[in-house]
Amino acid sequence: MSELTLFLIRFAYLAILWIFVLSAISVIRSDMFGARVPDTGRGRLGRKEKAARAPKATKGPSRRRGAPTHLLVVEGSNAGERAELADAPLLIGRGNDAAIRLDDDYASTRHARVAAFEDDWFVEDLGSTNGTYIGSARITQPTTITLGVQVRIGKTILELRK
Amino acid sequence: MSRTDAATGTGSGEFVHRRRRGAELFLLVVALLVGLGAYAAVGLGMEGEIPADMFTYGGGLTVMIVACHLVVRFVAPYADPVLLPVVAALNGLGLAVIHRLDLTYGEIGQKDDYAQQQLIWMALGVVLFLATLLLLRDHRTLQRFTYTSGLLAIVLLLLPLMPIIGTEINGARIWINVAGFSFQPGEVAKVLLVVTFAGYLVLHRDALALAGRRLLFVDLPRGRDLGPILAMWLVSLGILVFQRDLGSSLLFFGLFLVMLYVATERPGWLVVGGTLFAAGAFAGYQAFGHVRQRFDLWLDPFAFYGEGTNDLGRQSVETQFGMGWGGLIGRGFGNGRPELIPYANSDFIFAAIGEELGLTAVMAIIVCYGLIVERGLRTAVTCRDGFGKLAATGLAVTFALQVFVVVGGVTGLIPLTGLTTPFLSYGGSSLVANWVIVALLLRISDQARRPLPSMLSTEPDPEPDAEETQVVKL
Repeated sequence: MSELTLFLIRFAYLAILWIFVLSAISVIRSDMFGARVPDTGRGRLGRKEKAARAPKATKGPSRRRGAPTHLLVVEGSNAGERAELADAPLLIGRGNDAAIRLDDDYASTRHARVAAFEDDWFVEDLGSTNGTYIGSARITQPTTITLGVQVRIGKTILELRK
Repeated sequence: MSRTDAATGTGSGEFVHRRRRGAELFLLVVALLVGLGAYAAVGLGMEGEIPADMFTYGGGLTVMIVACHLVVRFVAPYADPVLLPVVAALNGLGLAVIHRLDLTYGEIGQKDDYAQQQLIWMALGVVLFLATLLLLRDHRTLQRFTYTSGLLAIVLLLLPLMPIIGTEINGARIWINVAGFSFQPGEVAKVLLVVTFAGYLVLHRDALALAGRRLLFVDLPRGRDLGPILAMWLVSLGILVFQRDLGSSLLFFGLFLVMLYVATERPGWLVVGGTLFAAGAFAGYQAFGHVRQRFDLWLDPFAFYGEGTNDLGRQSVETQFGMGWGGLIGRGFGNGRPELIPYANSDFIFAAIGEELGLTAVMAIIVCYGLIVERGLRTAVTCRDGFGKLAATGLAVTFALQVFVVVGGVTGLIPLTGLTTPFLSYGGSSLVANWVIVALLLRISDQARRPLPSMLSTEPDPEPDAEETQVVKL
């Protein structure tokens, strides 16, 4: 086998190796920027329009009549504190960055989150130590809450209110 | 930790990952091309013709990869599309390089069935990969086995010290020998320890981060919070020091430190860990002859090379000659002499690649490892539960540390400590364990990237008139 052929083989192999690396990177790239926004019945929108509507979508159901507007602590040492749902997603816990800061020994730093999806509000436990309860059931996945459903975190009870 | 996923907005339904199984298939085809291309190039370079068993070998590899892809497609449809192809490419390339060394070893009359054994181990690794994906449908199940897996890890680490099955090779007593197969239980213990650390830290991270006294500039947690994990870590580390396995000790120490830091968000841990590491390294240098020897070899390998010396520096020096001779694009398969480096097919496979494929390939491989680590950390960021976050971080960091320690050692950046290059090196236990790690990462990433089930299914509106009832209550 001639020297030139061997050189070409070597070169071709290195090219294959780098083609693989670069295509893997391009898949990662498209994964980052090409993710699809779930189709919520607004049809195909232009890129700009989509960006313009994005902040609106986070507000979620708050603009509907009769929909909850704030989250209220109804029981526990922080009773009476509230957070506006317009600022959703809301973080609840003992940490300083929480929307409702609980002084509850049984709450975790980042205990739970309240977020909107389409017309519903959800509460999601963020891996807290003592759990988040609706009624007597400890929630394991994001769970729908409606007006007046009592969400218990430690000794604190929270509710969605109008 | 939750701040990050609030930022990506996974929880609020803004951003949904696509499945990307097609992209994965495409990358897998290119990855197979990398593995089989290397095999063909080895044949052309060494014997001047495409190897006779190209089709059977290629077919076998393709079957394994396709099986992986199909199982991922069905049981983990949202899993990361890049991890599996990168792993397949690295494994394929590793097999080809080991086969190339076998050909030379055969010529000079040494043992030359490493590639065959590696292929068997790869098949076993793939089977375990598939079993992990099929049996473990939710990574949070692992959280239940926090303490069990910790205990199992310690038992596994102790096994090589047992009288009959334990064997000592090159001064390190880390192998067990059962029915003619030697196995390194420490590699499996690595995975189990990640599960243990993650399961323990996720339950105790608030206590670790918040409760406790402040000493100097670090919040020291209470003894009862840190005690169990520290004890477990000390036991595993003690065993390793006793078995003289420097590389794994380094790996476990770094892993523990990073997971503690990620769990508590306290940078002080890194300071404490760095100090402990420096103290440990100094003490090791003073106390153990073999640690001092590694340092001296690192500082001046040429003083231990050639006639009139003990020739311990041969490995490092030949590596440097080989990489230097390989240069930018390498000598080409069959034109280098990687067999001059002792253990060129396991710990020093990077040197063999550097010599025959050059810096260009070495860089590509390091980028591949970078991609694995990046995908792992990305999974941790996207994942919604604390256990998954910590486990993914731990698994990704295992790869990062291992590659750093071994590539740094081979290239002379840091003192040499024996560890395998994941997926490339000859070594069954490491290969099998790494395939399982990839399965776990894919499982966690499938959970992390999957859109929330309760949010997508249109649940029946919970009591349409509940709202009105509440109005009255107000």
